[in-house]
Amino acid sequence: MAMTDAPIAQRHDAAQALFKRKRLFAGAVPLVVLAYLANVFFAFDIPGLAERARMDNAAILVADSYSYKTHVTRDNRTGDISMAVEGSAKGRYPEGMSPEWVTLSGDDSARIALPQGHEVTIDGDTMRYDVPGYGPITATASRRGIDLTLPTAQAPDWISASNARVNITTRAGRVTVTKARTEVMRYAIGWELFWFTLDSPFYGKSFGELAALVVSGDRIKAGQSNLAAIVGDVWNNQMWRHKDVLWALFETLLMAFLGTMGAAMVALPMAFLSARNFTPLMVVRQAFRRIFDLLRGIDALIWTIVLSRAFGPGPLTGSLAILLTDTGTFGKMFSEALENVDPREIDGVQSTGAKPLQRYRFGVIPQITPILLSQVLYYLESNTRSATVIGAITGGGIGLLLTQAIITQQDWEKVSYYIVLIVLLVVFMDWISGVVRRRLITADDGGT
Amino acid sequence: MIDLAAGQTGKRHVENVQAAYLAMTRRKRLYGVVMLAVFVALMASGFRLADDRSAGSFADGIGNIFDFPGEVLREAGEKITLLPALVVKFFPSLLETINIAAASTLLGAMVAVVLSLLATRGLARWPRLIPVVRRLMDVLRAIPEIVIALVLIFVLGSGPVPAMIAIALHTVGALGKLFSEVNENASLKPIEGLHSVGASWSQRMWLGVIPQVAPNYLSYALLRFEINIRASAILGFVGSGGIGYDLKNAFSWGQGRYDEVAAIFLLLFGTIVFFDQLSSHYRNKLTGKA
Repeated sequence: MAMTDAPIAQRHDAAQALFKRKRLFAGAVPLVVLAYLANVFFAFDIPGLAERARMDNAAILVADSYSYKTHVTRDNRTGDISMAVEGSAKGRYPEGMSPEWVTLSGDDSARIALPQGHEVTIDGDTMRYDVPGYGPITATASRRGIDLTLPTAQAPDWISASNARVNITTRAGRVTVTKARTEVMRYAIGWELFWFTLDSPFYGKSFGELAALVVSGDRIKAGQSNLAAIVGDVWNNQMWRHKDVLWALFETLLMAFLGTMGAAMVALPMAFLSARNFTPLMVVRQAFRRIFDLLRGIDALIWTIVLSRAFGPGPLTGSLAILLTDTGTFGKMFSEALENVDPREIDGVQSTGAKPLQRYRFGVIPQITPILLSQVLYYLESNTRSATVIGAITGGGIGLLLTQAIITQQDWEKVSYYIVLIVLLVVFMDWISGVVRRRLITADDGGT
Repeated sequence: MIDLAAGQTGKRHVENVQAAYLAMTRRKRLYGVVMLAVFVALMASGFRLADDRSAGSFADGIGNIFDFPGEVLREAGEKITLLPALVVKFFPSLLETINIAAASTLLGAMVAVVLSLLATRGLARWPRLIPVVRRLMDVLRAIPEIVIALVLIFVLGSGPVPAMIAIALHTVGALGKLFSEVNENASLKPIEGLHSVGASWSQRMWLGVIPQVAPNYLSYALLRFEINIRASAILGFVGSGGIGYDLKNAFSWGQGRYDEVAAIFLLLFGTIVFFDQLSSHYRNKLTGKA
């Protein structure tokens, strides 16, 4: 008995020691992770982030993405009053047209109704703002400066006033008065002018009215059917540039498609040359494998930079950058798939007297097609995202439009629009590649 | 007489089968040819279109393709003695790029573990929320990192944090999906055992599921880390920190600083190859391949 006891005691000790080691390891891993994250926390200066963060920018971003403002501007030097959506030239109201909440009287005065009973009157150089529950605010711009009269002795914190500039921000709108101009801004929910710009005869019409116009015969634009005119006005919308945006989306898709398919076509023959069972020559095999490693190791970023020097901005650079990077990836994956093919099928084809090329065509290709196609489709989806990124770097496709819209720091509604389009495109590619892949896999199962 | 008739019908039957088979083969081949023709036409017209819509044409550009690498190499060759110093100079930026990738992979993977458990049938804490969690991960995966990074740079200012958050969010979506596929193959027996002794949901997951799936999790996380290093370099190029930012500065400076471009290319290439090899080595070890 004593003979067996000793090994059991030993084994018990060994097991206890193993448990102890494992427990120590399990405890150490979270500690190491925590220590690393703490290190990063200070390396990235996250405590200082609170100071650098521009929360006012965030507020502008959020507000701008679901609302728009209409500016009513009086040029205090010439006395002209103009109205424009977002204050941009493309959203300017044409002569004789104004929003229904602006009443123009005479050449140089206007009454602007803001929500919640607020009202602004511009009469020459004088601006009068009636704030319910506070009283009238009067500001007169002159060459010397701005003369501000308030109902209270002390200015409340929503009015910032100096000799050169008065800024009034209420929940109903915003008014700024400077020597050069008086500007009233009224906010509204939505994306303005998304379908029609102000110069289009279809602006402001409801969907029912538009449908009626399409059905009824009266032509609004001469020489053009109403449907064609409506589609044309939306397509050529200067504010949202639907035409350019759709072209850009298509360019992004084109980059992904050309890059992925081109890479697959280049990589397939190279994969045969780097697979052990098809290329017995070690030197050739190693050479091709190193080529794949090199293509993959030089990142898409470097390829993009190098290629953009030769081909300039546009979809060509993006397509070729994706093509080169993915030739490396596909080459590696395809050669692994080729090394796993069943040699018996090739023997079977050979036994019927097939020549080498026919052996590949009927003995190898049918075996690897499902794997290849499924990988290619997966990459097509992921490359749609890469194409957006490459477009942002080199200039092309929807990535370019996105960076342009972000750089202006004003068109956040466009940024949200582009983001929605990109997400829809990627989700669509994800869905379609999933459907095709499932089909291929079930077709494969059905065959066996 | 009877035998002869039977032979006749049999022969006719075989002929029918043969004809049907040949017709099917012909049809299949026709489909194949049509598909191939459509594909070739798509590729050719797509290429023509891309060529038209680019600033430079393919025919002109292909001749100049080695101009830029040539210039870079020539200048780097002239200043070859400065190269080690430049490599040392840019090493901290490289470290920042790697740190961004590592931190975002860690954070993203931790969130992805929780979300993937919530999105797996049989393990989820609130089974009704499974579709919601899955759609959330789909959306996170669909938004390219660069979009989030650019928006965050506007709010948080340039620096490594926007890139880290952007990559981490994408990682949550990408790893969450892979993790939940792994979870589906986990055995439910340990969980039932833990349930019977009164373990809470988090205890069941931590002690019953995680030990089963940890190697696969790690393997996917390593692959993600490798992808995230590339992403972090790219995001640096559009304005957050790291080696990408230095590359952009050196590159837009143009001639005269190409030795720096060469040094950064070298560092980036070396890093990517190093982590590629490292991660594939450990992944093979984890998933039990030779």
